[in-house]
Amino acid sequence: MTKEQRYEKLKEIIKIYLPEDVLIKDVNLDSHFINELNINSANLVDIILDVEDVFGITLENEDMDKMQTVQDALMIIDKKLAAS
Amino acid sequence: MDKRVVITGLGVCAPNGIGLSEFEAAMRTGASGIRFQPQLKELNFGCQIAGKPLVNDEHLNKYFTSLQLHGLNATGIVYGVIAGIDAWTDAGLSVAPKEGPDWDNGIIFGTGILGVDKFRESVYLVDAKNVRRLGSTSVLQTMASGISAYLGGMLGCGNQVTTNSSACTTGTEGILMAFDRIAAGRAKRMLVGSCSDSGPYVWGGFDAMRILPRNYNETPTTASRPMSASASGFVPGSGAGALVLESLESALTRGATVYAEVLGGAVNSGGQRGEGSMTAPNNEAVQRCITDAILNSGVSKWDIDTINGHLTATSKDVTEIENWRMAIGRSGDDFPYINSYKGQFGHCLAAAGSIESVACILQFKTGSVFGNVNCEDVHPGIAAIVNGAKIPQKTVCHTPKILAKASFGFGDVNACVIFGAYND
Repeated sequence: MTKEQRYEKLKEIIKIYLPEDVLIKDVNLDSHFINELNINSANLVDIILDVEDVFGITLENEDMDKMQTVQDALMIIDKKLAAS
Repeated sequence: MDKRVVITGLGVCAPNGIGLSEFEAAMRTGASGIRFQPQLKELNFGCQIAGKPLVNDEHLNKYFTSLQLHGLNATGIVYGVIAGIDAWTDAGLSVAPKEGPDWDNGIIFGTGILGVDKFRESVYLVDAKNVRRLGSTSVLQTMASGISAYLGGMLGCGNQVTTNSSACTTGTEGILMAFDRIAAGRAKRMLVGSCSDSGPYVWGGFDAMRILPRNYNETPTTASRPMSASASGFVPGSGAGALVLESLESALTRGATVYAEVLGGAVNSGGQRGEGSMTAPNNEAVQRCITDAILNSGVSKWDIDTINGHLTATSKDVTEIENWRMAIGRSGDDFPYINSYKGQFGHCLAAAGSIESVACILQFKTGSVFGNVNCEDVHPGIAAIVNGAKIPQKTVCHTPKILAKASFGFGDVNACVIFGAYND
């Protein structure tokens, strides 16, 4: 899976959690999940579970704490996939 | 002076029809919603039939966003949202704007147990030491008030938003709670209803009690036989019903269509004394509940022309009829029309009172009393009290003026509501 494919897959996951007034085209690498994309913090828990399912990885508590932006999420995914 | 309370909206998700027009047609023609359930056979149930609404993806996508559907595994919430949103729309009410709720709109939406399948999913994850995988909605889908919480957010209600629970009395009790609140002027409009989950984890306990029919697995539509000599237990059901109750003032101001008026009612308990127990009603309590309901409604017992009973299709049906006779002091030709809808969709447990109340109100709308199915052989104990013509086997033309609807539940609890045709 290329980096580009991983990014697209992540965006697919994020898509259903976006509030009505945020469009998927507004999502970029620097987007902050809570502050910019207005994703409910409870839903961030579900995004993490979806990431685990889609990429076949397991995230630790500290990974979750670090996952503030889309870029953070991609870096953690890359690291986990490289280690597996 | 208490405010008059009327019904301006109806919604239903029943085993024999989803949405008002489908449900009304099914009730009029006696169509059954009771079907063979392969899952119950697979699990070695004695009773392998049940009433379950036929919800498909089209329904789900109409009432829920893709985010709400993500991980949703609570049939009661699905049924309750379909019925609740439909009732709201039917009443011509709108959703509160994003900026703030409507303080005059509230919700009382009851249930017995909610999100059982979601809870099962959670139990497996917890036992596998995988609690972190529960996701963010396992609490919301399994808390009893999950259904009122889902509806409250979808509609933006700012008055009381709560869930009541009193076993099979739940739906009828909720109507009276909302009635009291509006009559006292504490709310203008209340969405009231109840829902009950489907599935083996809800129905299993009843199968274990051996109170469900076991000889109709090949002939499900004939299994639920209220008031019949051959009644052999209630068929488990599920679904949801919802009504919009509103002060007459508010309804007139909005120019809303008024289906009928809630005249009053009563709730009580037999305290599990006398012949009352956890599972059987105290007869005096049932009779008092009915007579108090009549008294509170300001009508005479002679005014009641239609009754919709609890009548679950057990040997207790005879006792219930005897209680009605004692309470209203009428029998034979003088007995009002009486029916039980459970022959068509089974006993929907916590949802029974609300689904059946929706059907009662449709009788006002259509000018009819829906026929009883599966009681060609009226129980001799009932035939001795009620003239056969008052137990219609097919839907008859008769516009109710005053209708009494009762529900009784485990724990020896009772509720009786009196609906009246609306006259301005």
